[in-house]
Amino acid sequence: MFNQLLPYLLAGVSVGGQYALIAVGYTMVYGILRLINFAHGDVFTAAGFFMVYLMASMPLGVAAPLVILLTVALGFTLERVAYKPLRQAPRMSVMISAIGASYLLQNLMWYVTGGLAKQYPVLPLLSDSVQIGAASTKVVTLVTPVLTVLLVVALQLLIKHTKIGMAMRAVSVDFETSQLMGIKINSVISTTFIIGSALAAVGSMLYFTNYSTVTPTVGAMPGLKAFVAAVFGGIGSIPGAVIGAFIIGICENLIKAAGYTAFSDAFTFALLILVLLFRPTGLFGEKTAEKV
Amino acid sequence: MKKILAILLTVALLIPTFALADNVVKIGVFEPSSGDNGAGGKQEVLGVEYANTLKPTVTIGGTEYTVQLVNVDNQSDSSKAVTAAQELVSSGVSLVLGSYGSGASMAGGDVFAEAGVPAIGLSCTNPSVTTLCDYYWRICFLDPFQGAVMANFANSLGAKKAYVLTMLGEDYGNGLGHYFTQAFEGLGGEVISETFPEGTSDFTAYINNAVNAGVEAIFAPCATTYASLIIDQAASMNVTFPLLAGDTWESSVILEAAAGKKVDVYVSTFFDENDTSGPASAFVSGFKAWLNENADKKTNNGGNDIVAAVSALGFDGYNVALAALEAAGSIDPADIAAALPGVVYEDAVTGSIAFDEIGDAKKDMAYVKKANNDTVAFDFVKTQSVAGLE
Repeated sequence: MFNQLLPYLLAGVSVGGQYALIAVGYTMVYGILRLINFAHGDVFTAAGFFMVYLMASMPLGVAAPLVILLTVALGFTLERVAYKPLRQAPRMSVMISAIGASYLLQNLMWYVTGGLAKQYPVLPLLSDSVQIGAASTKVVTLVTPVLTVLLVVALQLLIKHTKIGMAMRAVSVDFETSQLMGIKINSVISTTFIIGSALAAVGSMLYFTNYSTVTPTVGAMPGLKAFVAAVFGGIGSIPGAVIGAFIIGICENLIKAAGYTAFSDAFTFALLILVLLFRPTGLFGEKTAEKV
Repeated sequence: MKKILAILLTVALLIPTFALADNVVKIGVFEPSSGDNGAGGKQEVLGVEYANTLKPTVTIGGTEYTVQLVNVDNQSDSSKAVTAAQELVSSGVSLVLGSYGSGASMAGGDVFAEAGVPAIGLSCTNPSVTTLCDYYWRICFLDPFQGAVMANFANSLGAKKAYVLTMLGEDYGNGLGHYFTQAFEGLGGEVISETFPEGTSDFTAYINNAVNAGVEAIFAPCATTYASLIIDQAASMNVTFPLLAGDTWESSVILEAAAGKKVDVYVSTFFDENDTSGPASAFVSGFKAWLNENADKKTNNGGNDIVAAVSALGFDGYNVALAALEAAGSIDPADIAAALPGVVYEDAVTGSIAFDEIGDAKKDMAYVKKANNDTVAFDFVKTQSVAGLE
């Protein structure tokens, strides 16, 4: 029984780790800007394409840091171009700008890549097969959850114990007041996007090593699920997003193991509805209801 | 300033209408260049465009006409296909070629039928494309045949139990999966069917289900975006049974996914690149040269010069369209629709084309190919005709 379930659990934990790295980006931006950054999934996809094109001409040691840099630059530019000018605009406008940015990125990628699926380069070590009990999987499956937890712990330390972290927390509690207190809102927001994009870049390396096909729309579904994970864990809460992501990743695979393959996505979104009905603030969300 | 801009834009919109010369016949190219089937759609368009460079004009009723291709993107989506089809109809095309993907073809078929514009399906294999629409013709074989071919092939590999994996709600895959199941069970085999939702990237659970069920083959007709994931994950799980699929998998995307891995991938398809008969070999060498001369065309082909079967069908489709225009002696869609049933095109690179009463080409030959994981090309395995089916 356990031997039969093991491969599903492994896949679940690994998928959960990848969702977690994307979900952190969603939840951080939401915590600070009260904005759901719909383009986040596409930034994740772009990181995949950066790797495909960079690895064609340089070794991994150069390509990997460069991918992170480029993704960060993309996230930063996205914020400056699509969100910053709308800082004083109603929240709905920013939301629509985010949807627009998402489609713009997607279509740009269609244009640049010609729409054909690209094979992600094979990363040494991570791509190797490994045997665990009766299951055979890639090394990355095991690395993903560990690396995810490490990164998130580091992020928590940054938020709790550094000056910029304190500024982030202040901004997330009260945007206007912290501005009056002399916090440079724009640099805090930029930092948030930089961290989110860097995590998305790392997430994309883990994700595409496992699922080695990059297409312009490939980020849409993981992005959406990561968003559900963020809501499930309580949007704005980083540990919540991570735990939510692991729960969703594991449940999804167990449902497939049970034979209900057609319903695995339906489950994810049914979960979203249930959470919103019974616990609108999620597992670890802020308890106070927000005035709209 | 704004006013001037507005006027300029309006003028710009009007220009195409004025720019039309008298002797132009428009052929609509109804294909996806985005969405799940974007890659295949582009390769099909390449075949049409190449044919157009060879024969840019056609003589209709004694007058020479320039052929103008009108491209629209149906985005591999049944709902967006309707809008794309309407766009073609309103731009005044005489007939339509396409689409890659049976779902989009069926959705567009209603629009074409209403407008009375005939359409020629190039690689859409679902029977309903022509049976449900009087204005659709088709130049490739059908899924009941293709399903039977692969069921027979699986059987010949010694498989008694097969796993059929298709995408939820996709016309092509579900249809082909159904015909495969029918034929395979007819041969005394057992089939386990599962579906995956759109946007799935983790197929390990599905492959695990197949392994646990003890199957001896996977038949997974689906878009290449999913196919490459299935191949990659099956390889990393060290599956010992072969992966089988229909014509969509005959793509360079599949070759790249299987390259250097221990996995057997078999596909059935319309055309063999290594066919040495007259029209086919001329097409292959000409098409390769054309791709290598035009960098953007080569990008659309996936960055290499491997000839996809859908490109060959696109090439044939264009020539059939010209034959239909010549036979009709007019550029009126109604005349072309009346002439199409009688059109016979002998020089087709995918085998001679003539239509039956439903509008399907009488094709009875499929090619089974195997992805070679070392040379990154498709190796010819066998041809399968209707007569040879058990």
